[in-house]
Amino acid sequence: MPTTPSRTAGGTSRRRRGPRTWLAALPLLAFTGLCFGLPLGAIAFGAVTRTDPADGATRLTGEHLARSLQGPYLGSLIGSVQLSALTALIGGVLGVLIAQVVVTSRSTALRSAALTASGVLANFGGVPLAFAFIATVGISGVVTQLADLTSLGWSLYSFTGLTVVYLYFLIPLMVLVIAPALEGLRPQWREAAQNSGASGRQFWRHVGLPVLAPSLLGGFVLLFGTAFAAHATAAALVGGSVPLVTLKIADALAGNVLTGQENVALALGLDMILIAGLVMAVYLPLQRRSARWLR
Amino acid sequence: MLSSSARRGAAVLLSAAVLTTLSACGAAPDPKSGAAGDAKSKVQPGAAASVADFGSMEALVAAAQKEGKLNVIALPPDWANYGEIIKAFEAKYKIKVNSENPDASSSDEIAAVKSRKGQDRAPDVMDLGIAFARSGAAENLFAPYKVTAWDKIPAGQKDADGRWYNDYGGYVSIGCDAAKIPTCPQTFADLLKPEYKGKVALNGNPTKSGSAFGGVYAAALANKGSFADIQPGIDFFGQLKKSGNFIPVESTPATVEKGETPISIDWDYLNAGYAEQFKGKGVDWKVAVPTDGVYAQFYSQAINKEAPNPAAARLWMEFLYSADGQNLWLKGHARPVLLPVMTQDGTVDKDAVTKLPQVQGTPAFPASEELDKAKATLAEKWDKALS
Repeated sequence: MPTTPSRTAGGTSRRRRGPRTWLAALPLLAFTGLCFGLPLGAIAFGAVTRTDPADGATRLTGEHLARSLQGPYLGSLIGSVQLSALTALIGGVLGVLIAQVVVTSRSTALRSAALTASGVLANFGGVPLAFAFIATVGISGVVTQLADLTSLGWSLYSFTGLTVVYLYFLIPLMVLVIAPALEGLRPQWREAAQNSGASGRQFWRHVGLPVLAPSLLGGFVLLFGTAFAAHATAAALVGGSVPLVTLKIADALAGNVLTGQENVALALGLDMILIAGLVMAVYLPLQRRSARWLR
Repeated sequence: MLSSSARRGAAVLLSAAVLTTLSACGAAPDPKSGAAGDAKSKVQPGAAASVADFGSMEALVAAAQKEGKLNVIALPPDWANYGEIIKAFEAKYKIKVNSENPDASSSDEIAAVKSRKGQDRAPDVMDLGIAFARSGAAENLFAPYKVTAWDKIPAGQKDADGRWYNDYGGYVSIGCDAAKIPTCPQTFADLLKPEYKGKVALNGNPTKSGSAFGGVYAAALANKGSFADIQPGIDFFGQLKKSGNFIPVESTPATVEKGETPISIDWDYLNAGYAEQFKGKGVDWKVAVPTDGVYAQFYSQAINKEAPNPAAARLWMEFLYSADGQNLWLKGHARPVLLPVMTQDGTVDKDAVTKLPQVQGTPAFPASEELDKAKATLAEKWDKALS
């Protein structure tokens, strides 16, 4: 526990360094303000205003936000949260298990192969991924035909199918982000636990998981965000039959059918940002709490 | 470390904002020189409402050639023969066509016009879904211009002021791979048969894709619905989904060739194009316009009111509505708006006509309000019916 005087000293010295540190951070702040603040401002502005096509006047309105939280739009938000939470959970668990196998294995070849493959697969998304799945396990896909998956009730073009496709890039992503943390678990801790008579389960319950918790949570949040924002894969696979908010935004923003829906799309974008913010808000205090174990 | 799909998601979120930002950075257009110094022309090209305002067709061509280029957007080369149309225009008038974002949607086109107002790279001309042609005209985005063939365009298919007019269209049709499907469906009622389990697809999501929307509209007509009542069509697809016949995958040339969408409801010109494209590749694509749900829809042309190349834009319109341009669309299996007139005066390409899928009766078109109502119903009810 630091004493009060030293804290004050630290405080003054920090205050003295303040302006210069702030100056060094200026490019970052400018970048953030320009690339995140400006679009965010534009989204928020569009979500709460309406421009009358007749007189060109812009007025404040809550109608877009209200619409974005009703009917099919609300359904799509719920669908997206469900799909993202489920895939992040499954992907997180499987990713940790795989990463643990890779990290503890003595084979460096397996290690580098698994990590390289993860790096590639975690970035394999969009229409190419969708088409790869269509060609293998779609209705006339090679594997579907060989193994007669259709009679087993398999359908790629459903919530389940989409979950499987998402896991294809989420599991490698989890492996990538969690492997360094697993490597940080020092073998000495395990030996110490064993010497004190702890079982493997006890080690994980009292040492391993608490130490890993911040990284695990961080991984989950990253996976959730990735799945939540994914668009092209779902668009190519399920069209409108699995309601997802990114698909709804695309329909409203860049469609050939519905006119004048741009502001509802922006409102949906704002909803997405709020949900992502909520997830982070849950994650940050938990992480701070878990981080105490690491001191 | 985001996957590309994640990035695209983000792009969708931010695109509107970014477009707004970009509009500040583009180069200002050249002063509208065009045919200003041309003695024969009476008005600035940007204000010309017909060839007469240029003086003559030669003056229009000269003014357009002086500009030397034309910006087009959202014209896929494999859609209604646009690839050949662009090449023919370039060859005939020695004007370079800059084709931007061929797969863009109508709302992308409108967004490009708005966000690049006054810039040299704004689109000069647009090919729009009818709803966007109407809303764009209401927002005063289009220049009124009447092509030489103006009087021949049926009154119901043009804006009275010449701000937009229909260009080409087609019927909702059922494409079917006869190499894989023993008996091809001919009507919407046929699609419900158990033999088509897991085989029926649309060209995308009807709340986004115009042709998929047409498919639902036609299904409504086939099931005691009307232009004002699209609900029976939504119910029909709900039923198809429940029976397992409907697959939500978006049919594209790739899925057709792969056999993933062996039965695809789409515009007849696209389906007829697939038939030609995949001949000899193990795909025997047959096209039928269902007799129980006949629905036709046309797209519309419009000129950007602030086109950076106003004379070239007007020349492009003259080209599209000449017999040559109309026949090129026809060659792409689309039905050009002047088809009935050209059939009468004999300028039509008769070979191309015989290749069109057979249709009985004359098409009817929904009124603006009916269309709006149908879209609102669809946006509200489609998800629930399909999930």
